[in-house]
Amino acid sequence: MTAVLSPGHAPARSARPGDAGSAALPVAFQGLRRTFGTGASAHTVLRDVDFEVRAGEVLAILGPSGCGKSTLLRATAGLDTPCAGSVTIGETPVAGIDSRCAVAFQEPRLLPWHTLQANIAIGLPKGTSAREGKAKVARLLELVGLAKFAKHRPREVSGGMAQRASLARALARNPAVLLLDEPFGALDALTRIKMQDLLLDVHRAEPTTVLLVTHDVDEALQLADRIIVLGKEPGREGDGATIIRTVEVPGPRPRDRGSAELARMRSSLLESLGVDGH
Amino acid sequence: MLDLDKQAPVRAPQDRSPASGRSALLATGWARLLLGLLLPAALVLAWQLSTAAGLFSVVQLPPPAMVFEAAVDLLQRGELARHVAISTQRVLLGFAFGAALGLAFGALVGLSKVADVLLAPTIGALRAVPSLAWVPLLILWMKIGEDSKVTLIMIGAFFPVFTTVSLALRHVDKNLVEAGRAFGLKGLKLLTTVQLPAVVPSVFSGLRLALAQAWLFLVAAELIASSMGLGFLLTDSQNNGRTDRLLLAIVLLAVIGKITDAVLGIAEKWAVKRWA
Repeated sequence: MTAVLSPGHAPARSARPGDAGSAALPVAFQGLRRTFGTGASAHTVLRDVDFEVRAGEVLAILGPSGCGKSTLLRATAGLDTPCAGSVTIGETPVAGIDSRCAVAFQEPRLLPWHTLQANIAIGLPKGTSAREGKAKVARLLELVGLAKFAKHRPREVSGGMAQRASLARALARNPAVLLLDEPFGALDALTRIKMQDLLLDVHRAEPTTVLLVTHDVDEALQLADRIIVLGKEPGREGDGATIIRTVEVPGPRPRDRGSAELARMRSSLLESLGVDGH
Repeated sequence: MLDLDKQAPVRAPQDRSPASGRSALLATGWARLLLGLLLPAALVLAWQLSTAAGLFSVVQLPPPAMVFEAAVDLLQRGELARHVAISTQRVLLGFAFGAALGLAFGALVGLSKVADVLLAPTIGALRAVPSLAWVPLLILWMKIGEDSKVTLIMIGAFFPVFTTVSLALRHVDKNLVEAGRAFGLKGLKLLTTVQLPAVVPSVFSGLRLALAQAWLFLVAAELIASSMGLGFLLTDSQNNGRTDRLLLAIVLLAVIGKITDAVLGIAEKWAVKRWA
């Protein structure tokens, strides 16, 4: 892997010849609202989400479970349609499955009858030639450290490896917007840290816009340029969640996990999430 | 930079330690085959002993040797091969058509809510019709020929495949389907990339049920109107009081049915390994 990504330095984009690499695009949420069910059983999950994600930034979306983090992500991918408002990527609004996005889900969601290699190839954009696709998959396998396991089936590798393959599948799409739905949530602590480092490497090499849903405050502080916290506004608990806080995270990445400033932000964010930050 | 490769891949351990000698013996193909033949051999022995002791009259239960002689006799006259061949042909044709239709309709009903609402009640009602009830109607419509028999077997083979495929498609892992959609797969491409491979194992269990059903319906078809086939051999022997041939037909149905099922079972094993 070190051949692909030298540690600490950001390899220029030209370091990957033949990689078209869609330019990162901004994402704008306007008056987004999502209600599930109808009539008496209707319940609003998200309301009045207005936000602009800058092109190429890493945005972490924090919030307690059930607050609509995933719904926001799914609306961006076009997997879900908001009841009101819109999501705009670049200049065009999202309508249906959006090919400019790529998703890595909380579970790897790999096809069990395909090899890792074939699974990653599913992410390739339409119209990729076979030769180009093959080269790209090989490069991604190398990038996520799975070159030796290209021909393995998902059930023959560990959870962390499957999750890396899932990330590679998303990257194969050359996404303008990379959507990560708690992709490291189910991993053990050590693997999680490795995956976070990997994500930073990838982002350095290809600075796409990243929306990262997480419930892990430390992860958000490590990875994000900005953090939004979703939650219910005091006095409007009956309504859906909305953005109750936006935080700029200072300092270049990788950040010192022991920094005092981050520790302060950590307890303040935990407080926003309704946990005693002490 | 990252020591990602050091994580050991999790492989399903092959549980064939030498300590478990009994399970090792049971795992080998030949041992299984031989052990599986133990009970039939014991039955034949009991049959031989009981007839030799005169417990039954020859009309009630002829000794195994007589059944064997009946087989040799029919074989020499060329009738046995003809009976077996025509029955097998009917089963295979009916099974192939029925399974293909079951697959098509099962896919339709399993994937489309509209098709489910429109078709499922009718198909469910048709399934409730007992096999023999179709026979007079089919004979009236198609005369006593191959068509009516193959059609009856087709009906028998259709339902198990239809039911298993439509149910399995409805229960394909929603997460996998969503992941497929997220990466731009839809329609036929989504069906062939995600949904069909996911149901391959259930399709095979449906096919095995359908094949067993096809043999059941074969006898129903041949018992009533035929001049050839194992079902015909059964009725003909009954009318002539040839219990030896009657038993022969039953043994042949059991053996051939088991062989075709075993062949399909091998295909199933391969498919489950490949797709599951």
